[in-house]
Amino acid sequence: MSANWISTRAWLLMLPLLVVMVSVIGWPLVDTVRLSFTDAKLVGTAGSFVGIDNYAKMLTGSNFQRALVTTTWFAVVSVTAEMVLGVFAALLLNQQFRGRAALRALMILPWALPTVVNATLWRLIYNPEYGALNAALTQLGLIDSYRSWLGEPGSALTALIIADCWKNFPLVALIALAALQAVPRDITAAALVDGAGPFNRFRFVVMPYLAGPLLVALVLRTIEAFKVFDIIWVMTRGGPANSTRTLSILVYQEAFSFQRAGSGASLALIVTLLVTVLAVAYAALLRRAAGAS
Amino acid sequence: MERQNPLFTAFVYASALLLTAVILAPIVWLFIMSISPAADLSAKPLNWWPSEIDLSRYRTLLSAVENSAGAAFIASLVNSLQVAGMATLAAIAVAVPAAWAVSRTPAVSWSLYAVIATYMLPPVALAVPLYMGLAYFGLLNSVFGLALVYLTILAPFTTWLLKSGFDAIPREIESAAMIDGARLDQILRLLTLPLAAPVMATSALFAFLLAWDEFFYALLFTSDLRAKTLTVAIADLAGGRVSDYGLIATAGVLAALPPVLIGLVMQRALISGLTSGGVKG
Repeated sequence: MSANWISTRAWLLMLPLLVVMVSVIGWPLVDTVRLSFTDAKLVGTAGSFVGIDNYAKMLTGSNFQRALVTTTWFAVVSVTAEMVLGVFAALLLNQQFRGRAALRALMILPWALPTVVNATLWRLIYNPEYGALNAALTQLGLIDSYRSWLGEPGSALTALIIADCWKNFPLVALIALAALQAVPRDITAAALVDGAGPFNRFRFVVMPYLAGPLLVALVLRTIEAFKVFDIIWVMTRGGPANSTRTLSILVYQEAFSFQRAGSGASLALIVTLLVTVLAVAYAALLRRAAGAS
Repeated sequence: MERQNPLFTAFVYASALLLTAVILAPIVWLFIMSISPAADLSAKPLNWWPSEIDLSRYRTLLSAVENSAGAAFIASLVNSLQVAGMATLAAIAVAVPAAWAVSRTPAVSWSLYAVIATYMLPPVALAVPLYMGLAYFGLLNSVFGLALVYLTILAPFTTWLLKSGFDAIPREIESAAMIDGARLDQILRLLTLPLAAPVMATSALFAFLLAWDEFFYALLFTSDLRAKTLTVAIADLAGGRVSDYGLIATAGVLAALPPVLIGLVMQRALISGLTSGGVKG
């Protein structure tokens, strides 16, 4: 078989996928770019060309800047917490103890719980009148009166971050655990014989095995966190006083609540660009890490 | 083996207990809420343990009496099953030939990176044109339209998982069959696809879970019982004026049941899928 025929055959086999990708991803993306330069409404008016007006308006607006800060804070804090908790949980699950298999099986539960169910569950836990958190803290004597955890701008974002971490740190733990189990026993044993302490064993023996998979998890979790919509929409809809309004929530409001398709599209593309920059930066980081090890 | 000093062992058990509590407490509480009488849930101080087991919400939600809360819940359950089922089948159908081609033809493997890159796109970047397009074809508020949109997520994802699955099947088996005179369709049908059956099943399950979990597009593109999925129905319940929190919890338990069961049963396959690079979005 000629090389020519092989690659033609490959493209033919990929044709159905390519058709799907072009029609549900490629075309909409191009159309979003077009819309972002118009003042189109979601329904009705097709809109006329307005140049970079939408971008200028969005980038200089306080809504965008505040949403960017909120999103960055959400992503940095939740992903950092998930990584730290995940690695600790993995180190624990890598020890010998009774019930280890059962605990490892339980770790899949938060991950399997649908995001919307998780958000609903935590909304009930944080409920200002009957919620379990208020009840528990009151009964333990830690607070005097019930608080509205999701209703106060000071605590809403933190409450969301906790709910997000609870769902996602077990995944990081499972990924880290799989990496830990790939560390050869004799190397750890040799390090022990050579008198390396627990910290040095972690840093120089375990960490090289952990770094790659953790970096991948870090990349994917950060990108997910930057795109966050579901959990916030269900728990606070971006409130109170817009204190939990992330970029995706802002795009939703602009394009669908206010039906401003043009400026919504420009905002969506700014978010896309930010995510892309993150992804490219991480890819470079990954390649450097792969080259170093 | 490491030396186990008793202090360290105690520390390990204490941490394991803590981790178990952190993982289990919210889930157990969701279940307790679903079987507690309404009075227990609004009591102060809160009744942590139900005074009696109350299964009435399960009966309410699973009863098909017309115009009841149950009928609406069952309709959304059926919609979720239909949308996730259709989207998964379609995604696997287009992903299998493409993944095989990419796996066996290094010259075109760059196209896979283009496919994976789209997975990073935030859904908001596609939402407005998709909304207008669905409206144009009369596919807003239809399970078929929503399934089509879910291909934006499922098609790149399954292609990626399946490609690594095909990579693990040695090409030599295929070339040997080819030398023996087998045609390509015979090789794929009789040799490669049966060998790839496990990874295809795992990919299909992952895709189904992703679709079952999806909320953003469903919120945008569906509006009533004809297409509203379970996630939207639950968000409606949570954000609405339902006074019985137990009912919301029950809907949550029922919606979580399929993915949790899949997660527990398929644990090994899921974890190896997760660690080979696929992570649920």
